[in-house]
Amino acid sequence: MILHTVNKSPHTSNCLQSCLRTLSDQDALLLIEDGVYAADNHYANQTEALGEEITLYVLKADVDARGLQNRLSSRFQVIDDAAFVDLCVQYPKTQSWY
Amino acid sequence: MKLSILVYGSPNGSQAAATAYRFTKAALEKGHEIYRVFFYGDGVYAASALNTPPQDEQDLSSLWRELGEQHNLDMVVCIAAALKRGVLDPGEAKRFEKSAHNLSAGFTLSGLGQMMDASQQSDRMITFGY
Repeated sequence: MILHTVNKSPHTSNCLQSCLRTLSDQDALLLIEDGVYAADNHYANQTEALGEEITLYVLKADVDARGLQNRLSSRFQVIDDAAFVDLCVQYPKTQSWY
Repeated sequence: MKLSILVYGSPNGSQAAATAYRFTKAALEKGHEIYRVFFYGDGVYAASALNTPPQDEQDLSSLWRELGEQHNLDMVVCIAAALKRGVLDPGEAKRFEKSAHNLSAGFTLSGLGQMMDASQQSDRMITFGY
């Protein structure tokens, strides 16, 4: 059970690709900073193809800052900073991709 | 829970210092203990007291300093990364015969051992990459 965070846009970096290759069932993926662009429903086919056992989150402050509120894939849950802290507690390990 | 925070990005070139600041604040508000905040690589720029951003931009150096003072945070800056980027405390300025020092109040220069110690002593270590 690992919480993975990705902070780079899939258009400028292969962070997300590297992360997706290592994701296991029961892991969670949280997109932060420019990473949130991967939750855009026009580009989310890769993340939407992941199994339902993998939970997908996106950080609200970064979604709002980029105006993506109405463009998000329905697979993603939007969470605030407090919930980000909760996830780090819930998952025994956090892996940051940057 | 006991958490440590690792910051790799500079306040200007990356969002890391800002995201880590919000995370740390949220963790403190939830009652968690922050064992240490460790600034590494370009992250050390947050510890310069001379950063003077324009008024309409976030002043992350001041924000971190204030948060550190409020919660008595152990904010450690990698000494090797800091010295080569011109972030010095009075002791290092004297040792290297520099004319000034600029390490912001509340930050301490120390070695990578402090990062290892944080990863061993904390329940969680969260990395904010550049």
